[in-house]
Amino acid sequence: MSAPTAVLFDVPGPRARARNTVAGAVTLAVVLALLGVIVWRLAATGQLDARVWEWVLYENVQLAILDGLVKTLQAFATGAVLALALGALLALGRLSDHRPLRSACSGFVELFRAVPLVVLMFLFYYGLPSAGVTVSTFVAVVLGLMLYNGAVLAEVFRAGVLAVPRGQSEAAYALGMRKSGVMRFVLLPQAVRSMLPSIVSQLVVLLKDTALGFLITYPELLFQAQFLGSNASLGSPLIPVALVVAAIYITLCLLLSALANWLERRSRRNPAVIAIAIERPDDA
Amino acid sequence: MDVLFGNLGEFLTRFGGTIALFVCSAIASLILGVVLAAMRVSPVPAMRATGTVYVTLLRNTPLTLVLFFFALGFTKLFFYLPFFLLAVIGLSLYTAAFVCETVRGGISTVSEGQAEAARALGFGFTQTLTLVVLPQAVRSVMPPLTSVQIALLKNTTVAAGFSVFEAGGFYRAVNERGGSTLVALLWVALGFIVLVIPLTVLQRRLEKRWSVSR
Repeated sequence: MSAPTAVLFDVPGPRARARNTVAGAVTLAVVLALLGVIVWRLAATGQLDARVWEWVLYENVQLAILDGLVKTLQAFATGAVLALALGALLALGRLSDHRPLRSACSGFVELFRAVPLVVLMFLFYYGLPSAGVTVSTFVAVVLGLMLYNGAVLAEVFRAGVLAVPRGQSEAAYALGMRKSGVMRFVLLPQAVRSMLPSIVSQLVVLLKDTALGFLITYPELLFQAQFLGSNASLGSPLIPVALVVAAIYITLCLLLSALANWLERRSRRNPAVIAIAIERPDDA
Repeated sequence: MDVLFGNLGEFLTRFGGTIALFVCSAIASLILGVVLAAMRVSPVPAMRATGTVYVTLLRNTPLTLVLFFFALGFTKLFFYLPFFLLAVIGLSLYTAAFVCETVRGGISTVSEGQAEAARALGFGFTQTLTLVVLPQAVRSVMPPLTSVQIALLKNTTVAAGFSVFEAGGFYRAVNERGGSTLVALLWVALGFIVLVIPLTVLQRRLEKRWSVSR
């Protein structure tokens, strides 16, 4: 971002420098004031007292949070694997030469991209029992994650395959490969390499979406946070627990985001990877 | 059908709530997002740092956690606000981070000559940005910006998990009257599809009409 940024303003002269210093000081003051108000309110409402932070030391509480973390990661891992598989299948379907298959897959993708993930999870967990099928919260969360992110990933994969230069598939056909061979040995490997950063960013979205499991009482991190936070014998430390849980989520997501950025930088260095500028699918 | 028509008033009121929540949050998030984007490209290091930290934090926090804080923690810490306002604040703060990144991406698509010409005319940073670069940047990112707003529309359902005024909570009302939860939720899903379609059409229209020929 440095190049386009630097284009927007001249090298500051003495007056601009003074103005920038003032603007910087004002920004800093506003940020500090906001932080100050938050800390003041935290202290004034007793959220910084030792009493509501005692739970950090209790082994049971630590284990409960660890259990929540494991449940979050379980939902993430299962959901990610299934979403990737579903995404690949749907992408293949949308790229197929057979029209019925193509339109069916397109319809499926459009449908599950339009329905909010929360509604999907509610459907599986609260809705299916009316039809006589009962699923566990874990299954409801994973199914929702799979269908929604699978639909999004299908678009990513498809964009990646379409971005491979046509000469590649033409050359493969000229060598006598079949459709499946062209896809498996020529198009997909190149597509996956160029789409890897986008795929990992979508996995960050998936990780964040596991927190929706809280709304259908799947015992993941946020659910544990509410459970511990309403425990009167610990002093109802809702805000302290929420702060700790937020730190855990942010760390996990930052690690994954860092992986995505690293992959992107690496692929930019490598001339063998097709340079394509496709929107990273990180729209919330 | 009975589930829908027996509770039509309820259904429409709740979707009205969804739309109100969406419109308020969309406007607030667009304004805040553009301001953040301007901060992130400004000549003042403190502003750039603030913007970066804000975007990094909010983009890597689950929306559920943001709304969890606003629904359960805000009143404890500060003062009472109706949940609708809290939901608008939470959704706007979260979505603004994505709007900021999209607009910033748009700023980098505007060719350098534009900003250079503006500077040659004696424009300062604010003028260059608001009169020359941003108008072109926003036009070029209309499609992804609409995607962000469509995501916001769907994200309003997360608020339903904490309160009842919104479409996502329709199934509970139906359930209390002994109707089928499954059917109620299917109607809610259909309602969202119906809401998303016009936005997608608008997105395609804007893409065609506003695309800048460079």
